[in-house]
Amino acid sequence: MKRIYVNEKWCLGCHLCEYYCAFASTNQSDMARALCGVKINPKIKIEENDKISFAVSCRHCDEPLCVKGCITGALSRKDGVITIDRDRCIGCYTCILSCPYGAISPSDDGAVQKCELCIKTNGGKPQCVAGCPNGAIVFEERGE
Amino acid sequence: MKYVIIGNSAAAVGAVEAIRQNDTEGKILIISDESYHTYSRPLISYLLLGKTTREKMKYRSDSFYSENNCEVMLSTSVTAIDKDAKCVLLSNGESESYDKLLVATGSSPFVPPVNGLDKVEKKFTFISLDDANALEKAVTEGSKVLIVGAGLIGLKCAEGISAKADITCVDLSDRVLSSILDDGGSEIVKAHLEDNGIKFRLGVQVSEFGKNSALLSDGTKVEFDVLVMAVGVRPNTALVKNIGGEVGRGIVINERCATSVEDIYAAGDCCESMDVSTGEKKVMALLPNAYMQGECAGMNMSGADFVFDKAIPMNAIGFFGKHIITAGSYTGEVYTECEDGNYKKLFYGDNKLNGFILIGNAEKAGIYTSLVRERTKLDTIDFELICEKPGLMAFSKDVRAEKLGSAQ
Amino acid sequence: MPVNYLYPEYEIVRNYDRCIVCRACERQCANEAHEYLEDKNKMVCDDAKCVNCHRCVSLCPTRALKIVKSDHTFKENGNWTKKIINEVYKQAGSGGVLLSSMGNPEHYPVYFDKILLNASQVTNPPIDPLREPMETKVFLGAKPAKIERDENGKLKRNTPPHLTLSMPIMFSAMSYGSISYNAHESLARAAKELGILYNTGEGGLHEDFAQYGENTIVQVASGRFGVHTTYLNTGAAVEIKMGQGAKPGIGGHLPGTKIVGDVSKTRMIPEGSDSISPAPHHDIYSIEDLRQLVYSLKEATAYTKPVIVKIAAVHNISAIASGIARSGADIISIDGFRGGTGAAPTRIRDNVGIPIELALASVDKRLRDEGIRDNVSIVVGGSIRSSADIVKAVALGADCVYIGTSALLAIGCHLCRSCQTGKCNWGIATQREDLVKRLNPNIGYKRLVNLMTAWQHEIKEMMGGMGINSIESLRGNRLMLRGVGLNEKELEILGINHAGE
Repeated sequence: MKRIYVNEKWCLGCHLCEYYCAFASTNQSDMARALCGVKINPKIKIEENDKISFAVSCRHCDEPLCVKGCITGALSRKDGVITIDRDRCIGCYTCILSCPYGAISPSDDGAVQKCELCIKTNGGKPQCVAGCPNGAIVFEERGE
Repeated sequence: MKYVIIGNSAAAVGAVEAIRQNDTEGKILIISDESYHTYSRPLISYLLLGKTTREKMKYRSDSFYSENNCEVMLSTSVTAIDKDAKCVLLSNGESESYDKLLVATGSSPFVPPVNGLDKVEKKFTFISLDDANALEKAVTEGSKVLIVGAGLIGLKCAEGISAKADITCVDLSDRVLSSILDDGGSEIVKAHLEDNGIKFRLGVQVSEFGKNSALLSDGTKVEFDVLVMAVGVRPNTALVKNIGGEVGRGIVINERCATSVEDIYAAGDCCESMDVSTGEKKVMALLPNAYMQGECAGMNMSGADFVFDKAIPMNAIGFFGKHIITAGSYTGEVYTECEDGNYKKLFYGDNKLNGFILIGNAEKAGIYTSLVRERTKLDTIDFELICEKPGLMAFSKDVRAEKLGSAQ
Repeated sequence: MPVNYLYPEYEIVRNYDRCIVCRACERQCANEAHEYLEDKNKMVCDDAKCVNCHRCVSLCPTRALKIVKSDHTFKENGNWTKKIINEVYKQAGSGGVLLSSMGNPEHYPVYFDKILLNASQVTNPPIDPLREPMETKVFLGAKPAKIERDENGKLKRNTPPHLTLSMPIMFSAMSYGSISYNAHESLARAAKELGILYNTGEGGLHEDFAQYGENTIVQVASGRFGVHTTYLNTGAAVEIKMGQGAKPGIGGHLPGTKIVGDVSKTRMIPEGSDSISPAPHHDIYSIEDLRQLVYSLKEATAYTKPVIVKIAAVHNISAIASGIARSGADIISIDGFRGGTGAAPTRIRDNVGIPIELALASVDKRLRDEGIRDNVSIVVGGSIRSSADIVKAVALGADCVYIGTSALLAIGCHLCRSCQTGKCNWGIATQREDLVKRLNPNIGYKRLVNLMTAWQHEIKEMMGGMGINSIESLRGNRLMLRGVGLNEKELEILGINHAGE
């Protein structure tokens, strides 16, 4: 199953993945119109210090602690992709408490948010990968 | 193979999902003394608050039982287990045989004997959907509600009905959420709850109830229309205890979630298990642990060899928009941060993170949880950095590469 | 503040209706031309710092940026142009030699653009390269003077060592140091995949790249940096660099600030010391001296590798080439006056040397006239910009071309000509770690392979049109060329007829 992999060696810390992520969930066609004057809250986030930077988003674990711990059943894993039913999420943050990657974050509307590999917005083509200028984020099938 | 599961909540669902990974043929029978499709108990306060509905409270979709080929007997309780005949006796007089049995009976509210309690007409507990339904009917605009117990259940209940009711909360402890917060944290949460109209009478207990009043141990009196008893819960251990199974505060299980009785497993709030953050056995009545124990039991019941030995106490809870995230135990040295309404305490010692409390900012809390759960040696990470800011940055380059997949 | 005589050459234009304040421009500009104003949540820029490298423009996700030439102007003067006036100001301010990089940008004639190719019509058929085999493979090195047979009448294998290339293109010498590790990796991997060669330049060979030895030309220049026996034997050929087109008559110069870490190790010189190659090879003052070095290197490599002598195209090029062809060298490489560099004095870059087209034509003719053309192969460089330039160069007599600038463009260079600052925003001409990582060789090498593959297709198309199915048959085939807008003398030197003739 295809997953997102991040290689900090090539991460430039340009933060564009965050913007492409935020843009992807707006369902608009023009990024300028979609994001002008908007403070973004992306599902992929850069961690950085002076020298190192890398993007962190959901790893879509085989044994997902977030799904197992979800008190509402809003998080589920299907075909290897962990998705969230935002309608059922009540924002208790048990998943934020559980995720060892820090990849689930509060959203602006109470529910939590996480990377869903753009399956709901871009036909399963992760936009962070498409927008990374240096191949630091890849989406590929690897042998387990 | 016939699997019988007593209980219909998180542990039961975990078990069903695990069994079906290994055995698609075996018969699964779920027996529940409630009348509902599996639902999430912690959501009952959100239901009262209007943040969820009975439909959305369902812990799994309507098709869950049929998709997993489960038979479900609702409104039926198990009265006894016959371990020799390998069957369970039911409240309707019938019995059901099992090859593997899972006891996921949860817990019941503990109601202490207090003088005059029988005189109170409108008194409730608050752990089931029935409780919530009944309470919702009883509380009307302007009702005076007395909640005995300022723990997780009592306070969630308070939040749930706060829009309508005038609430007073009484607790023997002089702090709110004394089981999961330290003094400082309790103070912040209490102030926040008070800002939202909840009144507290702490450090006192009810000496005697009248029909609509409670006499407190300090001699004062509180009037109420509705009483909620939320002192605590007790694991439902009787079924196992009665057949000689080992029972402490909860049903004793091993790391494969097996009880001391052959072919009988137990999971969830009815059990006690090892808290890896302290090494002590305790009842950790938390939904994530219930699911994972249920899963572990299900795996082992259906032939896999599966170990769940990563249980820690942990809580994610919020009141009126303020989030509280805690995990592990609060022993050792302390790192404290307190600013802009955010409160952070990390407890560490012996080169490990033992536990933490976050109030307000919950960002990346799971990274702390993983340190507690995995007993990560703190000298292998940049602890100073992670104290300030939880993140993968604090791990070594190799660990980061492994976590993020750049290592091939 | 002192009087500032210099007005920024370019202006950064930001469309605030499209700017989403993602700050990518700010984070990506090593020249710090962009700045984020926190209190106003707004991006601003300082045109004076912009080198027009397009890094910000290329990464801006909303195309909110463009760089335009400033229309700020002096009083118009055909003689005292803005450029000349500014250079005077600069030197009056600094007292220093003007430095610049990449190739000569001045408006000298580009002869390739005044030469047109032939195509077959009616009397001889063109060839469709998609349907019929086309050969672009070339062999570089001396050709045996005659066929020899043994006593049984069998052919003797008397071919001197040579290079086999899938197409008549090689990546020209660019040292590790002048360009980054990742740039080198991109070139090396592309060369290997394409079946061509790249060239170490005078910077030694990083040990990580020894694995690409079969696709590597190792260079020996006047500073001898990084040269040792293993180095010589790792490459497929050894190149003696006598001069380069961008700065004929002077040696390479890499400032101490770039001699860090592996660069210093690879060059075998102390960290921080300037790497200054002398203008001459101090042991070469004649063709006879050159012959000694050629044979020293052949000796060191057991006569298994061809030796290349690289010279800049200068006035007496044909006589010099004739000497080199007699020195034992297997390949002559000629670098035209537009050849690029990581740093050169501006006056030298812009005023010394001659066009490669004229140099090539005259060298090829001279060697033919003297009957020694087969002693050597000829490789030309110095602004080969397209597959058409290659076809024209081959028809003028080249066996192969060197490409430098176009290879760098492929991996991201935007020809801002600021290599000498060491702050290449594209991760090419820099040793700053944060900048070097911007060039991911996985991407870079692929783009090089793409470019070369495309050019190879185009070469086949052009050859097919001329009815030629092997690049060897095109070499020196000047009948396939016609000049436009050239005078008699130019046509005579190029050895071609004018269009219409």
